[in-house]
Amino acid sequence: MKRRFSLDRFLIQRLGVSLITLVAALTVLPIIGVFGYIIAKGAPAISWEFLTAMPRDGMRAGGILPAIIGTFYLTLGTAVFSVPLGIAAAIYLSEYAQENRLTRLIRIAIINLAGIPSVVYGLFGLGLFVLFLKFGTSILSASLTLSIMTLPVIISAAEEALRAVPQSFRTVSISLGGTRWQTIRKIVLPQALPGIITGVILGLERAAGETAPILFTGAAFFLPHLPGSPLDATMALPYHLFVITTQVPGMPIQVQYGTALVLIVFVLGMNLIATVVRSRARAKRQW
Amino acid sequence: MGKSKNWRETIITAVVRTCGYSAVVFVLLIFFFLLREGLPALAEVKLGELLSARWYPIENHFGILPLLTGSLIVTVGAMLIAIPFGIGTAVFLSEIAPRWMREILKPLVELLGGLPSVVLGFLGILVLSPYLRVFLNLPTGMTALAGALLLGGIAVPTTVSIAEDALDAVPQSYREGALALGATKWQTIWRVTLPAARSGVLTALMLGIGRTIGETMAVMMVTGNAPVLAIKLTSIFSPVRTMTATIAAEMGEVANGSTHYHVLFMIGLVLFLISLAVNIAASSVVFKSRKRAERVLS
Amino acid sequence: MNKIIIEHLNLQYSDGTESLRDINLNIQANVITVLFGPAGGGKSSLLRCLNRLNDLTEVKVASGKILLDGENILDPRTDVIALRRRVGMVFARPVVLPMSIRQNLTYGLELANEKRRSKLDEAVERGLILAALWDEVKDRLDDPAIALSGGQQQRLCLARVLANQPEVILLDEPTSGLDPISTAKVEAALQGLKKEFTIILVPHSVQQAARTADYAAFFLQGELVEAAEGKELFTHPKQKRTEDYVEGRFG
Repeated sequence: MKRRFSLDRFLIQRLGVSLITLVAALTVLPIIGVFGYIIAKGAPAISWEFLTAMPRDGMRAGGILPAIIGTFYLTLGTAVFSVPLGIAAAIYLSEYAQENRLTRLIRIAIINLAGIPSVVYGLFGLGLFVLFLKFGTSILSASLTLSIMTLPVIISAAEEALRAVPQSFRTVSISLGGTRWQTIRKIVLPQALPGIITGVILGLERAAGETAPILFTGAAFFLPHLPGSPLDATMALPYHLFVITTQVPGMPIQVQYGTALVLIVFVLGMNLIATVVRSRARAKRQW
Repeated sequence: MGKSKNWRETIITAVVRTCGYSAVVFVLLIFFFLLREGLPALAEVKLGELLSARWYPIENHFGILPLLTGSLIVTVGAMLIAIPFGIGTAVFLSEIAPRWMREILKPLVELLGGLPSVVLGFLGILVLSPYLRVFLNLPTGMTALAGALLLGGIAVPTTVSIAEDALDAVPQSYREGALALGATKWQTIWRVTLPAARSGVLTALMLGIGRTIGETMAVMMVTGNAPVLAIKLTSIFSPVRTMTATIAAEMGEVANGSTHYHVLFMIGLVLFLISLAVNIAASSVVFKSRKRAERVLS
Repeated sequence: MNKIIIEHLNLQYSDGTESLRDINLNIQANVITVLFGPAGGGKSSLLRCLNRLNDLTEVKVASGKILLDGENILDPRTDVIALRRRVGMVFARPVVLPMSIRQNLTYGLELANEKRRSKLDEAVERGLILAALWDEVKDRLDDPAIALSGGQQQRLCLARVLANQPEVILLDEPTSGLDPISTAKVEAALQGLKKEFTIILVPHSVQQAARTADYAAFFLQGELVEAAEGKELFTHPKQKRTEDYVEGRFG
């Protein structure tokens, strides 16, 4: 009797662990497959011309330079608006705010901003920036839209980085005659900076890859020349990939995979930079 | 010198405080704009018409039911994939895999989470849909199933990441206690560790659901964009249209201020409210469990 | 001569419970005054009132005055920044700022906008000599402060306060984490410092109190039981409670 009981338990254990391992493998292997596939099929398309020339023949040949530059501009524009605002908001939450109802309201608002579907941001951007404020379909409208979308990510990451700085530093600074802002400027912010930078890069990485928010606010497909001012519309990698995959007949497969590869490299390159910043900062930390 | 420093402090404090409130301002702003452009739809289209089953804007049919069911079936399908695979992988990474494997696999999974959805949609069109068409002998591979599979793939990294953190946070003493009482590793996982991480895992699931409902590009590219009611079980093998895809696909061609325009904004409002509800539910789960923990500990 | 006069001070926690009850105490200049007693007696709270650091905590002044050179520092119009430069504090755990040794020492002066290189270097040297740390670190002032040993770090914290040129030095159990040799070095430094500064010390043991006190005050559960010259209080205490604690019958 006893032997059968323990055989059952350990049999279940072995089956269970095998099942879970299978599940994990089924999750991980396709990920490797996805990356491998895109790299394999897209690499042949990558050439100096592909990356630096303007497109020809209705996007079917030549390069994708305007899309790359456009994504770069949009990411920059997003950074300009969301980074100062996000860091300041995080400083408020970490250093100034008390734990009361108003603060809880702010936190709920941040969580909600993070959860709003990207296409709803696109609608909002259309309604407010493009139409109401009359910025038109432009880098400005798209950047402002992406900024609001990126804000919660930056605030969360920055607040966490600020809170990680030991409270004792602040106490010492105050006891030596420092004001709250002096303490933040001279100690807390510099020490939190690597963590903040990591969060900012991850937030911008997401903004760079988004299509829906820029669909009606700034993205265009066929532009004969590069954008000259923030009030121009622009091409962008994610939108470009979307259009050439779904709406252009006769688009060479290689061009499609090549564009996808460039987008992935752009986005994951930022991820890599963020990871490097994070680990180097952890090694150099003086506390 | 003391006075001028006071001035500076006051200004800086005011600026920082204003930035702190900005999140609330933006949420209200978004809500207001959606309301402003979406409410006229209720005036221009009868409620009965809105809730009907025909979405054909060219002939002024604005029934959003097919879109709702489209979103629903794709979301449910995605969660059916994301829950077992997401939690299973999280359990594997946290409880079963050796340290070195975890150090490699966890970033790999997070890498998938960083992939732009348009890239997944792209692969969906070129690889997944043709495969489904051939493998399942369907007229087209652009189906709700393709969307569910892709969305599952998008929700899994988020779910794995947060659930794994939650499982990791369970104190080692819980596991050791259970093992000391004679439980197997498997029993420990299911009866001790997972329940202890319950609130974190639930949060992971809700955030996964939130991500799924809000996904636009991937679904738009593979679900076939046919706004038909998706209520039969076999509907998963047919094309559907989600709310998000509808907005993305049609907004570009709409006349500013037309009824179609207002209805699209109204759909956006619905999406906004749904994500609001999911987020409030998720944060109340965390809040409730925290309260319970405080009661136990005090 | 009285440097600090505490009059009828009552402290409360934010939920209303009492922390200190009707404290009256005179602190003389250029002596070491020791505030001692069992844990929870309110000594640290009192210390933090002397540089208005209690503004950051949950402990509020219900009533009373604290006069520094005749002026009430509890008055809302007090310039607390200037106060904290006059009244410096060393904490129980050494907290070195994540910078070099030199930068730790000049931090206080930089807060006050002092930029002159000569003044800063002067302050660095002065603080380190007074804290008896100069010889040990003079060749590595630009090394990270975190590289110092525990005892050295605590003396660095003392030097940091001294570089700011205070008038009063508050020390809250400064040697509680240190080995006996480092403890002895700190106590010796304090003996040298009292010539120039007013020193108020919360010791971590009765023995330390007896070793260092010129003047001692015994706190028990929020009440100032007895205060007298060090030698008097420890050999002939007037109150039974004081005698019981000093003799080690409770604690």
